[in-house]
Amino acid sequence: MRKLIWRRLALGLLTLWLISLIVFAAVLALPGDAATAILGREATPDRVAALRDQLNLNDSVISQYLQWIGGVLTGSFGESAATQQPVSELLSERVGNSLFLVLVASAVAIPLSIALGVWMAMRRDRAVDHVASTTTLVLAALPEFVIGIGLVLLFATSVFHWFPAVSLLAPGQRAWEVPDVVVLPAATLVLAVTPYISRIMRGSTIEVLESEYVTMARLKGLSERTVIWRHAVPNAIVPAIQVAALQLAWMAGGIVVVEFVFSYPGIGAALVDAVANQDMPVVQTVTMLAAGVYVLMNLIADLATILVTPKLRTAAR
Amino acid sequence: MSASAVEVRDLRVELVGRDADIVDEISLEIRPGEVLGLVGESGSGKTTVGMALLGHVRRGGRVGAGAVLIDGRDLAQLDDAGLRGLRGGTVAYIPQDPGTSLNPALRLRLQLREMLDAHLGSQSEADRDARLRESLEEVALPSDDGFLARYPHQLSGGQQQRVAIAMAFACRPNVIVCDEPTTGLDVTTQARVLETVRDLCRSHNVAALYVSHDLAVVAELADRVAVMYAGRIVEAGTRDQLFYAARHPYTRRLLRAVPDLQGKRAVVGIPGFAPLPGKRPEWCFFEPRCPLATDVCRSAFPPAFEFEPDHRARCYHADEAPREVPVEGATAVRVEHEPELALAIRGLDAHYGARATLFGIDLEVHRHECLALVGESGSGKTTLARCVAGLHKDYTGSVCLGDDVLPPAARSRSDGARKQIQYVFQNPYASLNPRRTVGQTVARQLELFFPGHRDMGERVAECLERVALSASAAAAYPDELSGGERQRVAIARALAAEPAVMVCDEITSALDVSVQAAIIDLLRELRTSMGLSLLFITHNLALIRTIADRVAVMTEGRIVELGPTAQVLERPNAPYTQQLLANTPSIAAAG
Amino acid sequence: MSDHMIDTAVDLGLEAAVEPVGPGAILQRRPWLGILRNALRLARTKIGVAIVALIVAIALFGPLVAPHSPTEFIAAPNSGPSADALFGADALGRDVFSRFLNGGLSVLWMAAAATLIGVVSGVGIGLVAAYSRGWLDDVLMRGSDVVLAFPQIILALLAVSALGPKLWLIVIVVAVGHIPRVARVMRGAAQEVVERDFIKAAEAVGEKRSRIVFGELLPNVTSPLLVELGLRMTYSIALVAAVSFLGFGIQPPASDWGLMIYENRLSISVQVWSVLLPILAIGLLTVGTNLITDGIARAAIGIDRRSTR
Repeated sequence: MRKLIWRRLALGLLTLWLISLIVFAAVLALPGDAATAILGREATPDRVAALRDQLNLNDSVISQYLQWIGGVLTGSFGESAATQQPVSELLSERVGNSLFLVLVASAVAIPLSIALGVWMAMRRDRAVDHVASTTTLVLAALPEFVIGIGLVLLFATSVFHWFPAVSLLAPGQRAWEVPDVVVLPAATLVLAVTPYISRIMRGSTIEVLESEYVTMARLKGLSERTVIWRHAVPNAIVPAIQVAALQLAWMAGGIVVVEFVFSYPGIGAALVDAVANQDMPVVQTVTMLAAGVYVLMNLIADLATILVTPKLRTAAR
Repeated sequence: MSASAVEVRDLRVELVGRDADIVDEISLEIRPGEVLGLVGESGSGKTTVGMALLGHVRRGGRVGAGAVLIDGRDLAQLDDAGLRGLRGGTVAYIPQDPGTSLNPALRLRLQLREMLDAHLGSQSEADRDARLRESLEEVALPSDDGFLARYPHQLSGGQQQRVAIAMAFACRPNVIVCDEPTTGLDVTTQARVLETVRDLCRSHNVAALYVSHDLAVVAELADRVAVMYAGRIVEAGTRDQLFYAARHPYTRRLLRAVPDLQGKRAVVGIPGFAPLPGKRPEWCFFEPRCPLATDVCRSAFPPAFEFEPDHRARCYHADEAPREVPVEGATAVRVEHEPELALAIRGLDAHYGARATLFGIDLEVHRHECLALVGESGSGKTTLARCVAGLHKDYTGSVCLGDDVLPPAARSRSDGARKQIQYVFQNPYASLNPRRTVGQTVARQLELFFPGHRDMGERVAECLERVALSASAAAAYPDELSGGERQRVAIARALAAEPAVMVCDEITSALDVSVQAAIIDLLRELRTSMGLSLLFITHNLALIRTIADRVAVMTEGRIVELGPTAQVLERPNAPYTQQLLANTPSIAAAG
Repeated sequence: MSDHMIDTAVDLGLEAAVEPVGPGAILQRRPWLGILRNALRLARTKIGVAIVALIVAIALFGPLVAPHSPTEFIAAPNSGPSADALFGADALGRDVFSRFLNGGLSVLWMAAAATLIGVVSGVGIGLVAAYSRGWLDDVLMRGSDVVLAFPQIILALLAVSALGPKLWLIVIVVAVGHIPRVARVMRGAAQEVVERDFIKAAEAVGEKRSRIVFGELLPNVTSPLLVELGLRMTYSIALVAAVSFLGFGIQPPASDWGLMIYENRLSISVQVWSVLLPILAIGLLTVGTNLITDGIARAAIGIDRRSTR
């Protein structure tokens, strides 16, 4: 098993490295000069030259890459082209807000969808199952900004007025200090993610309930409760774990749109601003973060699967 | 006056929502300590009957009529709790495939303990622990903590099956239902498992229902036998009565389809196939395939006629059965094979990556000869066959076609070489492309090896007729055909290339006994008519009597014995061959 | 559960995988035709087709029946419905209804193009990877993993930030995002087929590799292929609309549903229709395509079940 884990780790690192290459290369694709873009109207030849020097733009591509990646690994992500502020300063508050949002959404979505999936599987083919299935199908289709704006219309502006449509936070204030502000964005994420996990859980539970070993458990005369919780669920939950991890990874991208809808002060919204301003250092940093989260979540998903599957856990090779 | 442990009266299990029966008019009785063998081919409904003794019907079916009584209690009268108490406690089940019936996520200790906890809750913990260890010792498995902490995938197939047996006997049930528990096990393990089951049934005075398609196994194990066909019991009696004085034409034909290890008779197949649920007529189901059929057979389903005490058969003509002339015992067709070699394998060593699987194989197949390659799973016989066909290229040594040494990979071989050696796979469900019609599959083969101008439809029809399939089958997709028909198509595809050597890799293992006999018949005919050489791979010793001239016995990657069929089977030299023969169940030996 | 099942299932829900179409499912000469035919017998597919047809009709014919030009200023900003403007005016004073009727085309063509490019490339890569099994498989899958690590929207934003909001760029980057996802699913499906004996039979008679991949393998994976086609279409629509919604798609003064939402989102409490109409259209479209995809998935599973027995 250990060999398997090391292999996964190594692959993860390799992937991260290749990702950094792509992210770095995006900057090279910029038409025109980065220095000219930053200085804008104040660009005189002297100042452009000076800035180029300062930003190491005269060095070779490889050297620039190494400097950048060195900075990333030591925690210095360069300076924002728009505000000259260090990127890490700019993002540190926002990272906390985004993390909080994702954690709240996951804490609700994951148990909810697993329970929902098992519940639907046990009432398979009955009216409630059909209703629930159709609902999840519809929710799974809707883009997250549609869900978000739908929630805004329903609960903030037009039907009910329970929650704010825009997440206003005073500077220095953190999201968890004003929980009202998190409700609708988190609800959007929950509604976006729950359909997938619950459908997987439902399908996998049904498959497991039809398996030979569950039939055998019934033929041994065990109570239905034991059959479901001891025999079925431990096997049915494995695909759900993988999907849950994938959905968490998806959230790294999902928050971009959701934060924009609610003007929630997180790194997703920061990314959108940065793109509008062609603020490459910020774009690069957020992208690396998102990709890093994805790789991490995949690793966790793989590890969790190995731990939960005895066959993989005890494999000799 | 012993009351029956199991009594089934006129049981009917039908498909939900359709007026189609899976099984009907099932009546049987099993006394304590007795083993009743329930025999039938695929689709006969024997598993359904077995499950019914536990009050269980597969999804999509339900009990339509009749009653199942265990120890005098009607299962239909039991409530949920009663049924749960019955299952495992009074009636236990030994599944067909322990690999999928044991929960892969739970340790053995838990899976065994929960059985005891559910049914012996009144006993103390210490007593239950003791019973746990006792059950494992009874099946010759270790009962230490280390073993109990294992997961099912850490056991071999034989060990898994013995765990299943231990679980079944743990609560000392009165009735055991064994659902083909030795399918997939090799012959030696099978022998041990059967012995265990038999001993435990005797020592605990358990009534057993042994469901199987393997007549030889049933002959060695059962006291009484019932034969099922298309959802009905067509004959029932004691073991001797059934195997030596069978009355129903189906039983008699079935017995003749079983290969005889002693080689005293040839196998004969049964043409046609059994009707599926929903397509069964009002009269005798076997009538279309029966040599004794007359008009009365088409009037109504025959009632049970009693011939001797306890021996019943449902046939209007059961009296006439003994008057049929038995087919004379001929074994393999003696085709004069030439000393010229069709195929020669010299010094072959094969590997799977770093692992060596074949060691120093030397083998020759003469022209027009059938050479059988016999061994259990893991012996390397399939690997050898794949090397010959060019599907496994990781080997050293040489495979020679005539005088030419062939390159290891099929892709590197010449068109001529690929044409001369053709391969037929074991699983007819997987060896045909499900998205192509039969005609397209055969036509492709013809295109590859005989590009020409003659009408393709005509040529395909010829190929199909050669294997006794009608030309209209060309428009069918594989999933519209039965297993036997699909295998014929696979053979037709191979023969379309007009090869010199045909490699048959366990081509009948996935087929019913009667279908298998028909395919063997076909192969014998084709050998003569097309002058083929056959390399016939199988694990079934009795089968080779019917078709092979010489036999090579393999184990652990080596050939341990090679010689003419009769000699190897009657006077084996190698200890492995002797052991294999001793463990192979056969009908004659049981008598 | 195999990896490929998880991938498809992630998108579609295993429910489809265990609920085949009822008795009477027919195996056609062309398997994909059979699947589509069976899918159309289901209620959900019919509803999906109806919804999609409606929205597509609006997108295609809307421009022809719009009462005003989408760029004309006809009333005060954010004014309510009137005789002249059925749904009022947007944040700049243009007719909401006309802008809505003109706004569907861009979403549709961009989504369709991205889907086609992505699926065709993904299928090719997935099948080749599954059949080669060796170093080529590894290389292709490593490459896929790298692209997969970027959430699709972030990949799009990365490209836009470097090269600007060009429409062809968006189509390409959305397609590129689809490729590894489709490839993964198709590879998983193909792996189960590659192990079957009829592929070995083809190898034994020396069939060319390309013929095996496209002649023997491809017809046996039409089910997941059709499902992926439907699924990717749904996602393409969502992504293209999302990019426009963030302001990086088609630029003003052109009219586009995503752009409409972007432009009018701040006045949502005053003028609901300028946001509601495009939201409903996008939402209905994605629901419709997903209903069709689900119907296809169920029909496909039914046929696959029969053909592997």
